[in-house]
Amino acid sequence: MITAEQKPMQEIIQYIAPYDKILLIGCNECVTVCAAGGRKEVGLLASALKLDRLKHGKTIDIKEITLERQCDPEYVEELVATIDDADAVLSMACGCGVQTIAERFNKKHVYPAVNTKFMGASQSQGVWVERCQGCGDCMLGITAGICPVSRCSKSLLNGPCGGTSNGQCEIGPETDCAWVLIWERLKALGLESRYEELVEARDWRPAGGAGPRKIIREDLVL
Amino acid sequence: MKTESRLEKVLTSGALAVTSEVGPPRGVDPEIVKTKANMIKDHVDGINVTDNQTAMVRMSSVAAGIIIKQMGLDPIIQMVTRDRNRLAMQSEVIGAAAFGIDTMLCLSGDHPKFGDHPMAKGVYDIDSIQLIQTVKNMRDEGKFQGGAEMKGSPKMFIGAAANPFADPFELRVMRLAKKAKAGVDFVQTQCIFNLDKFELWMKGVEDRGLDKEVHVLAGITPMKSVGMARYMKNKVPGMDIPDEVIKRLSGVTKEQQPEEGIKIAVESIERLKEIKGVHGFHIMAIEWEERVPEIVEQAGLYPRPEF
Repeated sequence: MITAEQKPMQEIIQYIAPYDKILLIGCNECVTVCAAGGRKEVGLLASALKLDRLKHGKTIDIKEITLERQCDPEYVEELVATIDDADAVLSMACGCGVQTIAERFNKKHVYPAVNTKFMGASQSQGVWVERCQGCGDCMLGITAGICPVSRCSKSLLNGPCGGTSNGQCEIGPETDCAWVLIWERLKALGLESRYEELVEARDWRPAGGAGPRKIIREDLVL
Repeated sequence: MKTESRLEKVLTSGALAVTSEVGPPRGVDPEIVKTKANMIKDHVDGINVTDNQTAMVRMSSVAAGIIIKQMGLDPIIQMVTRDRNRLAMQSEVIGAAAFGIDTMLCLSGDHPKFGDHPMAKGVYDIDSIQLIQTVKNMRDEGKFQGGAEMKGSPKMFIGAAANPFADPFELRVMRLAKKAKAGVDFVQTQCIFNLDKFELWMKGVEDRGLDKEVHVLAGITPMKSVGMARYMKNKVPGMDIPDEVIKRLSGVTKEQQPEEGIKIAVESIERLKEIKGVHGFHIMAIEWEERVPEIVEQAGLYPRPEF
């Protein structure tokens, strides 16, 4: 999923300072799962923003709504009924959701309330870790299901650098060496010989860098 | 012979090679490079020029390498894949070759986190093994990584690093095998203090016949003090410093520690000379270049062969 974290309160407060009527929009997908921008977080942020105004002797009208999927025009269309009343929109979705709203309602001021972080998986309760950089040419089939692009600090494709110690990356004990993990798993699977196959320099074009990447599925296009 | 490299000539002759290194300055004064190079020039076959080592900005390795080349000496330019993409690296290789530089080292480089620009984005368009392939392809096929023909190819003797002490140990011979397959001509190893472990690694290297494909230069670093030994043991990633080394250095007075450090280095060279696959030594005297000549002399590696 796409993970996110709420922005610092002061930044959000500054964004909405000029407005008195806010439409605060959550998303029922990824940001709900990582507890950054679902219905619950929308409620909590609305209360906190109202409280902040009250502290300064002012009020703010915040309407709360949580869409099924903010990155999907079909659900964003549901805002037509309410968005006109608002001076500005504060979105708690990932960057994809924020942009979908901005694109659909091009005269509306739209602000993000979260920082979109990475594509990751839940490691334990309350902990998410990056697992994919969307490089567009998945290598997991040759690296025993562990991604060196997203998990090696140098995205090395041919094995560990000289900085590995005790199974940890040179950048610190918080980070496992991806290549130690790959090697251990290759061994466990009896695929040791795969390690010695040279991985040639990658074509990074599928990873982006030439405008937004796009998928067109002719079989689905209307 | 693949190149005009003095290091290649020495290694091909069967003599034990000696290299050492110069860290370029964090400023524009070329005299610093010259002074350091002059300290070691008569005692080595090649002078490594580090490339933004520990991710600190310094004079570029190619520029410092040119200064050394123009002194009539033999620079070995280091190139890390951290700071440049494949276009920049290939153009640097061409530029270096245009100035007569014929020996280089392909490295991934320390992570930016360790340096004075921890906010920088590491490039890592290619890794060190892919850089070896790239330079070999330029040299032997006259082609760029992208496939186009070059007009005049750089005749580089290609080196890399090998760290027998990093995890996982069992992968470290295979890693050298991979570099050999990529086309590396020689490797310089991480500083060796745990000689038993190094010998075990070399046995693995010889068992696979890799010593016939790649020249291994054993890495030697003289310790200036017990403080330096402790720092390297605890703070430098991928370093293996046995307690005996610490004990030996702390067993003498502070004033005697540098001499003891030199003695350990010389003794290590003497022992490592006995290993068949060790074809030379790379002496990394960190900000201590002036002591390199006496290490080389005491280890019986002087005078250097003439070519």
